Amino acid sequence: MSRNSEESTKCRVSFVVNESPITVRVHPMERLLDVLRHELGLTGSKEGCGEGECGSCSVLMDGQLVNSCLVPVLQAEGSAIITIEGLAVDGRLCALQKAFLECGGAQCGICTPGMLLAAQHLLSKKPHPSLDEIRGGLSGNLCRCTGYMQIFDAVAQAASGEFPT
Amino acid sequence: MRAHPAEFELVAPQSLPKVLSLLAEEPGAWCPIAGGTDLMVQYSAGNLRTRKLVSIWNLPELRRMDVFEDEVRIGAGCTFTDLRNHATIGSEFKLISLAAQWTGGIANQNRGTIGGNIVNASPAADSLPALLVYEAELILISARGERRVPYSGFHVSYRKTQLAPDELILAICLKREYSGYHAHARKVGARNAQAISKVCLAALGKQRKGVVEEIRLAMGSVAPVPLRLVATEQAITGKTMNEGLMQVARRMAAAEVQPIDDIRSTARYRAAVAGNLVVEFLEQLSASEPSS
Repeated sequence: MSRNSEESTKCRVSFVVNESPITVRVHPMERLLDVLRHELGLTGSKEGCGEGECGSCSVLMDGQLVNSCLVPVLQAEGSAIITIEGLAVDGRLCALQKAFLECGGAQCGICTPGMLLAAQHLLSKKPHPSLDEIRGGLSGNLCRCTGYMQIFDAVAQAASGEFPT
Repeated sequence: MRAHPAEFELVAPQSLPKVLSLLAEEPGAWCPIAGGTDLMVQYSAGNLRTRKLVSIWNLPELRRMDVFEDEVRIGAGCTFTDLRNHATIGSEFKLISLAAQWTGGIANQNRGTIGGNIVNASPAADSLPALLVYEAELILISARGERRVPYSGFHVSYRKTQLAPDELILAICLKREYSGYHAHARKVGARNAQAISKVCLAALGKQRKGVVEEIRLAMGSVAPVPLRLVATEQAITGKTMNEGLMQVARRMAAAEVQPIDDIRSTARYRAAVAGNLVVEFLEQLSASEPSS
């Protein structure tokens, strides 16, 4: 396919990322994950499995947790996306990020951005989750390092107000 | 090999009539895509056959729930999260609520739709046995009009459905007549979230004075399509509940399923578990009747 015909199948897609409005010129079936990483330089969202099983690419789309590897970018048109880069406030870590650090909730770091967004999504729906609710809220996010207990602890401690921002 | 995005077309007309006229203009050329939890996996793996997709994500006509006096209509574009959060589904259609909790993790529940699950037509889908036992009906829509069909005949063979190339599922209709039934669902898999079932069961039953008045059993991952166990149901309806009847039901269910060996399990294991799950349900049903 020539470069020109490739350009001609692109379209403009506008959405808000971490509170900044952006417009990209992309192929409509490009994955939101690739647009975030390659077009916008937001490499915090990771690709693990690429098929919606591991949760490493989790972002919030209009407040809902989604796997960005399964979102064609055209479907993000008009939406508000929050990535891991948007969690800190004015350069200061949010309560969840502090709790993950303190509790040892991160090891190799590949799952961590997705874990944090899944935890943020959970706390936005249930500010004081039980352990079962924490496990359920994070059940779509796989970690191969920590054994999960430190992650559950971190979410519980953040919910208890242990780490004020 | 990974797909090249430039080779695919995706349009988002944002209205149901516009989507339907696109489907009518070139029947079979356009593939509807809702939350993408199945199609995007095929796309990324380079296995998506179609090159033209039309987005039906978040179309208001599809993403609505209507509760009428005698029936609930679930828009086909409702997500599993929508189903989990809906009060009437939670109180009257527990089997759907449970299946919605077991389908993927939270992120997939936020995007995966009940209509997509039906059309994707995986025999392993957790929500489909529930629709079989509630004897759901589907409203199908195209530019030609609407038709209402029983869900029981919708899957004609492995991954083949009655949906015409220019049609979409508009809604799933459930009669509100299940408050008096004992309802039970069970998923047997490596884990509940994010794991596809080895076997799953949805069951409804009524027992009075020790007699099985009515029973409905449906299973996933045991046949080329989601399977209603009609012969097993017939064999135990109207019979007195006792240990002997449970063993008949176990043998009938194990014989009625048509499982295969695959990466998740074996045919032999699945048939044995199918029998066990039916007995587990009958034990519960028996215990649910207050002793007189």
